[in-house]
Amino acid sequence: MSDVVLSCQGLVKKFGGITATSDVTLDLRRGARHALIGPNGAGKTTLVNLLTGVLEPTAGRILLEGQDITRLAPHLRVRRGMVRTFQINQLFASMTPLQTLALVVSQQRGQGGGFWQPLGRDRAVAQRAEELLERFRLAEVMDVPTEQLAYGKRRLLEIAIALACEPRVLLLDEPVAGVPAGEREEILQTVAALPADVSVLLIEHDMDLVFSFARRMTVLVNGAVLTEGDPDAIAADPRVREVYLGHGETAGEEEPAHA
Amino acid sequence: MLTILFDGIAYGMLLFILALGLAVTMGLMNFINLAHGAFAMVGGYITVLLMQRAGVPFLLCLPAAFLGAALLGAVLERTLYRPLYRKPHLDQVLFSIGLTFMAVASVDWFMGSTQQFIQLPQWLRGRTEIGTGAWTLGMGHYRLFIIAVCAALTVVLQYILSNTRFGSRLRASVDDQRVAAGLGINVNMVFLSTFAFGCGLAGLGGALGAEVLGLDPTFPLKFMIYFLIVVAVGGTSSITGPLLAALLLGIADVAGKYYIPKMGAFIVYLLMIAILIWRPQGLFVRQGGKA
Amino acid sequence: MSDSSRAHLSLLDATRWRAWEPLLWLAAFAAPLLLSQYAAIVNEIAIVALFALSLDLVLGFTGIVSLGHAAFFGFGAYSAALFAKHVMPDPLVGLAVGIATSTLLGAFASFTVQRGSDLTRLMVTLGAALILLELANKLDWLTGGADGLQGVVMGPVLGRFEFDLAGRTAAWYSLTVLLVLFVIARRLVHSPFGATLKAIRDNRLRAMAIGIPVGSRITVAYTIAAALAGAAGALLAQTTGFASLDVFEFHRSADVMLILVVGGTGWLYGGVLGAIVFKLMQDFLSAITPQYWTFWLGLFLVVLVIVGRDRLLRPWAWFKRGSAA
Repeated sequence: MSDVVLSCQGLVKKFGGITATSDVTLDLRRGARHALIGPNGAGKTTLVNLLTGVLEPTAGRILLEGQDITRLAPHLRVRRGMVRTFQINQLFASMTPLQTLALVVSQQRGQGGGFWQPLGRDRAVAQRAEELLERFRLAEVMDVPTEQLAYGKRRLLEIAIALACEPRVLLLDEPVAGVPAGEREEILQTVAALPADVSVLLIEHDMDLVFSFARRMTVLVNGAVLTEGDPDAIAADPRVREVYLGHGETAGEEEPAHA
Repeated sequence: MLTILFDGIAYGMLLFILALGLAVTMGLMNFINLAHGAFAMVGGYITVLLMQRAGVPFLLCLPAAFLGAALLGAVLERTLYRPLYRKPHLDQVLFSIGLTFMAVASVDWFMGSTQQFIQLPQWLRGRTEIGTGAWTLGMGHYRLFIIAVCAALTVVLQYILSNTRFGSRLRASVDDQRVAAGLGINVNMVFLSTFAFGCGLAGLGGALGAEVLGLDPTFPLKFMIYFLIVVAVGGTSSITGPLLAALLLGIADVAGKYYIPKMGAFIVYLLMIAILIWRPQGLFVRQGGKA
Repeated sequence: MSDSSRAHLSLLDATRWRAWEPLLWLAAFAAPLLLSQYAAIVNEIAIVALFALSLDLVLGFTGIVSLGHAAFFGFGAYSAALFAKHVMPDPLVGLAVGIATSTLLGAFASFTVQRGSDLTRLMVTLGAALILLELANKLDWLTGGADGLQGVVMGPVLGRFEFDLAGRTAAWYSLTVLLVLFVIARRLVHSPFGATLKAIRDNRLRAMAIGIPVGSRITVAYTIAAALAGAAGALLAQTTGFASLDVFEFHRSADVMLILVVGGTGWLYGGVLGAIVFKLMQDFLSAITPQYWTFWLGLFLVVLVIVGRDRLLRPWAWFKRGSAA
């Protein structure tokens, strides 16, 4: 069981009369490349919100590295290595990418409470921030306030922030959402190049990305797990096709290569 | 003790009518309007002017106060408030404080800073007592009148809200402005009429309350905190929430000032802070509703 | 390799003292000497600037809209005044006492601004200031009630500098305290701690999601701001020899917010700049319309918001259609 880094069991979330998450059980293995798919409104982001502690579950348990974190505060989950990105960019508008990443890095190293020395005094912090800026092609805009950045750059920053947290478990919520076709490549490459020991849960609608990335998939419909399995099995499953009927295919999308 | 309860209820109902417009504005436009008390003050002064200068009977002044304040509200909404809906709360706070300062200073200049007194008509003066000894219920006729008017208004408003098309448009706009607009609801019109109506209610409350609460140019600043308490504790997603909050506030205030005069206003502020710490979204928020 | 130091340099660049800063401070300190009839105003400006600086930590850097910041100002004022009157008239010790009591109050009050919406926080801060106002009013055997606390006579600063009638000692005293606390605040906002505050202000959700303990950071920031506000209040009581109920009034909280907004939030000098502009404006307008200066203040606020706070200092932008509201 030490192979499972993140696990939720019987997770339920109700908002008044609406059940957004219905008895969801999911296991994320070490080094996983696990995709979570489902039609709009299936409750994928709600599930991520539950896992990260933004929402409190109505019932169920969440275990991180075998420890029960169901009642643990969100920022403490991050300290234990569970990091997420947001579907809609959640950035610090007035800060530059450099300042943002320097902040995240110093927070990560436990220096976030330091109040006398300036941010950036520590060369190691600046260096790590610099590395991340390079890797995410943000070096040229490192001194531009985030609110003035183009959308594609912002999306890159969104993911860079998550990686700056040195995650052990990474929850990516639609990383290429709204990104113009020309800029998707950068993001896709970054996602593909993630370290092997980081366990990744990916939520995506882009089936190209999903099938090229995932080794395992869970399908969520109306807040409940429909089925789970490897990509071939999912692609061939008639119930999954039925759920996606009318979802629409992007031009040129064919049957996945392995089918 | 029963008399205190009675007075508290009257005070509470008055606060409810005064604060209801603010609750709806906050819930509907997400606009923190600290100038709400100024509209109440306008209603009060309209009544005073009509009664003292034009000899208009008290009962007629009430609808005049409502209309005057509503008209002012409509004009201001269209010209000043509307461009500010999307601004951060800080801006709204600064703006409405500025408006309040202007209103207070203007009224001071035109009418002087002394308390204004209203001559109630004969049939509203006086008092009826029921019961004996410790269980005496002393009902001032004016307070009885206030309770009656406010209760009637509450019933009518609840009816409008739940049974009419305007009511459902309003509720839709409160729940989700964009979707409501997408459904063809003229959100601007809903905002304008609701804001104006809320200001009208405040004006009416100001007219009714002049006798009970006192009327002078500092009225908006003095009572601002009370209106805000009603809204913060009662929530903005129903009529019953602010109603209960207002009654609670009214009774607590009257009882507090009577039983522990040294502590007087504290009770209310402490209670408010305690409640807001315990339930930051207010006591009476609908499950799943917007905070 | 040169890029690695580029990031390092860029980060440190933000913390460097700009050339005009020492000049500004020199001018401030020279003013009571060169324009001795204005020493009293310089003193007032320094006190108000410190008060506004403290609000900047809360509002400009952490994003908490507080309408009751006068609570800490007043608490510091009364603490210092009472201390001088009943215990010991030494100014610096009294200042320390004022700061200490406000810090405690701030720590205590900070947990009221943790949760809730802007409206809730507005209410709670307003309520706190009103409670203190009522307390000061009711405990008149201690505070002098509506008459205020009179007869606060201060000893010489550091045992040597007597408070003179012209107010020069007072002005320099206040300016020195302001400068010291300013430097401390400056280091604070440039530190990683300060960056986490900005993060909380810009996007609380994301701040949590990168592991920042939002609650405790807010507590610390609020407490520090309370300490600074208390210092300003103590200075007021000490340099005027008097403490009255108006230190708790809503007007104080509203005025300081306006001052900060005019000068600009989030850059520390906003409080200083705003204080200068506000005090000068107040003197000017009060001479013209002594009773109704609140009307002009109100009008100014309305115009300020309508035109847009960020466009205040760029008059050519007033009549263009704003792109970002």
